[in-house]
Amino acid sequence: MASDRHDIALSVNGTAYRRPADSRMLLSDFLRHELLLAGTHVGCEHGVCGACTILLDGVAIRSCLMLAVQANGHELSTIEGLATSTGALNSIQQAMHEHHGLQCGYCTPGILMTMTAFLKENPSPSEDEVREALSGNLCRCTGYQNIVDAMMAAAEALRATSP
Amino acid sequence: MSTRYFGAPVKRNEDHRLLTGQALFVDDVELPGMLHVAFLRSQVAHARINSIDVSGALKCEGVVAVYIAEDLETYWQPGPLLVPPPPIAGITFNLRTQVPLAKDWIRHVGEPLAIVVAESRYLAEDALDQIVVDLDMLPVVVDIESALDPSSVHVHDDLGTNVSAHVYQSKGDYRAAALRADLILKRRFHYEHGISSPIETRGVVAQWDARGNHMTIWDTTQAPVFIRNGLAAMLGLGEHQVRVIAPFVGGGFGPKMMMFYPEEVALPWIAMRLNRPVKWIEDRLEHFFATTHERGQIHDAEIAVDRDGRILGVKDVFLHDTGAYNPYGLTVPINSQCTLLGPYLVPAYDSTFTAVFTNLPIVTPYRGAGRQHGVFVMERLLDLVAHELEIDPAEIRRRNLIPSDAFPYKNEIIYQDFQPLEYDSGNYQPVLDMALEAIGYAAFTGSEQPKLRAAGRCVGIGIACYVEGTGIGPYEGAKVQVLANGKVSVATGIGTQGQGHFTSFAQIAADQLGVDVRDVDIVTGDTERFYWGAGTFASRGAVVAGNAVNEASKVVRQKALKLASDAFECSEDDLVIADGKVSIIGIPEKFIRLGELAQRANPMRGAVKPGTEPGLESTQYFGPPSGATANGVHAIIVEIDPETFDLKILKYVVVHDCGTVINPMILAGQIHGGVAQGIGNAFYEKLSFDDQGQLLNASLADYLLPTALEVPRMELAHTTTPSPLNPLGIKGAGEAGAIPVGPLFAQAIEDALQLKRKNVELLEIPLSPSRLFELSKGAA
Amino acid sequence: MKPAPFKYVAASSLEHALSLKAEHGDEARFLAGGQSLIPAMNFRLARPSVLIDINGLTELGSVDRSEGTEIRVGALTRYRDLERNRDFLKSCPLFADALPHIAHPQIRNRGTIGGNLSHADPASELPALAVAMQARMRIKSSASEREVPASKFFQGLLTTDIGSVEMLVEISYPVPKPRSGACFQEVARRRGDFALAGVAAVVTVDPQRRCSDARVALCGVGETPVDASEAVAGLIGTDCSDDAIDAAAVEVQNAIEPSGNVHATADYQRHIAGILTKRTLATALQRAGHGV
Repeated sequence: MASDRHDIALSVNGTAYRRPADSRMLLSDFLRHELLLAGTHVGCEHGVCGACTILLDGVAIRSCLMLAVQANGHELSTIEGLATSTGALNSIQQAMHEHHGLQCGYCTPGILMTMTAFLKENPSPSEDEVREALSGNLCRCTGYQNIVDAMMAAAEALRATSP
Repeated sequence: MSTRYFGAPVKRNEDHRLLTGQALFVDDVELPGMLHVAFLRSQVAHARINSIDVSGALKCEGVVAVYIAEDLETYWQPGPLLVPPPPIAGITFNLRTQVPLAKDWIRHVGEPLAIVVAESRYLAEDALDQIVVDLDMLPVVVDIESALDPSSVHVHDDLGTNVSAHVYQSKGDYRAAALRADLILKRRFHYEHGISSPIETRGVVAQWDARGNHMTIWDTTQAPVFIRNGLAAMLGLGEHQVRVIAPFVGGGFGPKMMMFYPEEVALPWIAMRLNRPVKWIEDRLEHFFATTHERGQIHDAEIAVDRDGRILGVKDVFLHDTGAYNPYGLTVPINSQCTLLGPYLVPAYDSTFTAVFTNLPIVTPYRGAGRQHGVFVMERLLDLVAHELEIDPAEIRRRNLIPSDAFPYKNEIIYQDFQPLEYDSGNYQPVLDMALEAIGYAAFTGSEQPKLRAAGRCVGIGIACYVEGTGIGPYEGAKVQVLANGKVSVATGIGTQGQGHFTSFAQIAADQLGVDVRDVDIVTGDTERFYWGAGTFASRGAVVAGNAVNEASKVVRQKALKLASDAFECSEDDLVIADGKVSIIGIPEKFIRLGELAQRANPMRGAVKPGTEPGLESTQYFGPPSGATANGVHAIIVEIDPETFDLKILKYVVVHDCGTVINPMILAGQIHGGVAQGIGNAFYEKLSFDDQGQLLNASLADYLLPTALEVPRMELAHTTTPSPLNPLGIKGAGEAGAIPVGPLFAQAIEDALQLKRKNVELLEIPLSPSRLFELSKGAA
Repeated sequence: MKPAPFKYVAASSLEHALSLKAEHGDEARFLAGGQSLIPAMNFRLARPSVLIDINGLTELGSVDRSEGTEIRVGALTRYRDLERNRDFLKSCPLFADALPHIAHPQIRNRGTIGGNLSHADPASELPALAVAMQARMRIKSSASEREVPASKFFQGLLTTDIGSVEMLVEISYPVPKPRSGACFQEVARRRGDFALAGVAAVVTVDPQRRCSDARVALCGVGETPVDASEAVAGLIGTDCSDDAIDAAAVEVQNAIEPSGNVHATADYQRHIAGILTKRTLATALQRAGHGV
């Protein structure tokens, strides 16, 4: 059995990259070990834990269930792109900090990206809706309560600053 | 000393790096020329190995080396005994430990057989497919009762038995107690815990610098110092030649405290052999087999009570599944044995356990570390007695609580820290009262429940009490140093897996030294930065390392005051230390910054006096004589769908006492997380092995971790009974949330479904809707 | 858990995709959403030599109700797009009930209906819906095109009628009859998990509110979706009293042979199949009455 390599061109957090990629390289591994954007974490490689969640053209997906070659021509957003240009935490990150929504921090990148997409589409969620949106991200440390509080606060902050 | 930070919900110093994806986890380590390792693991649970042919693997693209046990030569040896059995009279203990690669025998699914080193993990896994293993299959031992049959095959054929250990402990005279009893109630309980399944699996990176004669190992371990010492010895290196770094670790929960895992032992050897850095990252499938579990116990327990439900004695005989090897000694079953006593007066206790070898992965502590099993037995016995004697379940607990004037309370039997179990301090009544108040016990049982029941809803309430031994020795240390720029650097030997050490320890130092908590930089888990220590386990980090940080900070504080008093030519009593400077009380304009004092403490001229040291630093150690005992009460209201038996948690309350609290925000997070794991253990997580030792649900799709939809909002409250065993008065809290959830669910579900009316008792954990259906099915 | 090696081709057109499949047969797999295929490949349970990426074939991603009597859904339509298509959900209310049960949003953002139906997981909801709604599958190869009713499409465990050089390209769902109502419910351990049992019920009533048609299909209780419509045929001509529905539920329980799994005994599956049949029939009836 043989594999092949393809040249791909993609944008991650607004930066353009051109790289060759082995056909079978998972997008999660490509981001972490080829582009050295190690903020996206790998937890299961079968699409369940959600730690690897990133945005593909603004939509939350599991990067462990996508091949790097499939990202050709697309715009990706990862945790490294969230902070403002001055390095300050954005509203969602800041809310996580204020509400102690992270402990070990390993599931956090996936949660931040999932909720970035979710809050954009649902600016005024109820707690139940937030929990549903979070249900595809496993956390073993926090018991979720503080994450839920953080997201409700982030939603409020985003509503206050949005046009 | 002014307390600005201690006790405050200070936001975490470590968050920024974690929130921006800049924190280093082990798989983030990238080194030039790094190779990747994959392990061939046994697909069967018990076999004799005839041969392992790796020739096909060696021909695969990108493969640099393939190793089997024989290749390790004298480096191959069974792992050390990590925790010796406690000094209990008459103990039987048969030590059998894991090996770096299986040689001659396979004893559980997942045991490593061969190692492939290749240019990528992808290529390494390709090569695994080409390795040919010739085995003679053997009968498999998975059931701990039949494992003790004389006819059973032996997991260790040289042992002649599947007994790993046999321990008997007692206090008082149970036989006499039973004779006096008005009621003796006897039941069989099955309790299974589960796997830790942190979101980050394990991993090791080893880098050997042949010219510098130095080994660096990044490892997701909870015990970097012990790993450094052990690996240095195994590799024939001095301890100073080995640096172990536990970087940011994505959850530990106990199994990352297991030491000298095959992969930990192999990677550094490979790095030296190949003179290239090597990386192994456990994938999720491996995690189900390669990282330790906590599994099941079967208890035949009886309780003797008087007619008022007061405990006269408890007798318990239990079996404990230890897995294929027992490197961690008896910590888990000893915890079960001791924690069963709970917050209750138990005048007589007769407890025997047999730890049994099985052809299953190794069992070592996982958050709760066997306490769950003991608490389940006691709490269920009390519930059953309460039902029998028609006493309210909360009331029967109240009647048996150790009174507040009885501390320190001697339970006599030996605990995991090798000391006779002694509860240092506690005040249990108010904790129970607060929990009952918070859950609305009287209103619920009195009026809400009857109303809801009349409307056809199955709602039930549960309450469970526990005591948690925490903060055991041996010791930890900390080095605190004021830097020339005025910031403070603190290093300690333990590692961090999310507990917030970078903040809680900074709070302690910041209070002593009068600096901003954000100006305290904490280093944990790097043996180059701190030499001595034990590790993060058994809810001891804050207690032991926290106190060490405090001791070291106090000394530095004194040094700063002395230097300043010399400079100002005044008494130290005239000085105040705040805002990063030492000033004369009442004359704020006469100050010296701490950084300046640090510089002065490292003179370019003059001399350091005998008996003193340069620098504004100190290294101090703290070793408690025994563990500090925390306690708590959980309460729950559940609703069960009478048709599907699915469960919804309507309310969850935790009242907890862990002594003085460093950071209530971090503490709450620990409780939340523990409860979530407890909920998983009680109702969702179950390791399903077949009779061949195959795990049928080895994926996160089928091993069910609770999500944000299964874990409810929790209400937390605290009381504070400081520990007399350490100057800060703190007790551990890391495991508390996880411990009583099993019996809590059992009690509440029994109540919701009114099972006792149908003569159905819930004597097992985990439960599930299907299991509840099956248990209710045959009943009246 | 890295996949075994394979060659990757991004198909430029449907013809291109089909000609590659004709060339490689079973050695090649189509990559649509990848939400079932890639995990299988990461576990090395699936090891295609060639992966034909069809995500660029946007013509396969549309939902069309042009004919009026049927709704045609392109195989590459993602769950996400179905969830957000109000007209579609109104026309196919079973999907409104079922889609939230499929995994989680991140999976639904990529997964496709064609991928789901081709994969034919026994616990999957959409195959049961297809059977309940009497959908028709349009299957193409380079050389031919054919249509297969859902009743014949699902042939065994993870096995469909799709041949080794063929692709499922479109699914047609009949527009709901007037005065019909539908409901899907399932029991799973956690939201998004594999169904322990799921029931799709479609009930049609006549102007006198008597049942003129009843269809029931189940997921999770057999190797394929189970069509239990015959078991509920006793409802036809009746006004679907509670007793009649109870009796129908018992017939459904008798008609299935669940095998149990790590999460549930066969008896429990049978038990909840009965419960869900009652609940979905009752709700479907209610919705039929309201003209939903």
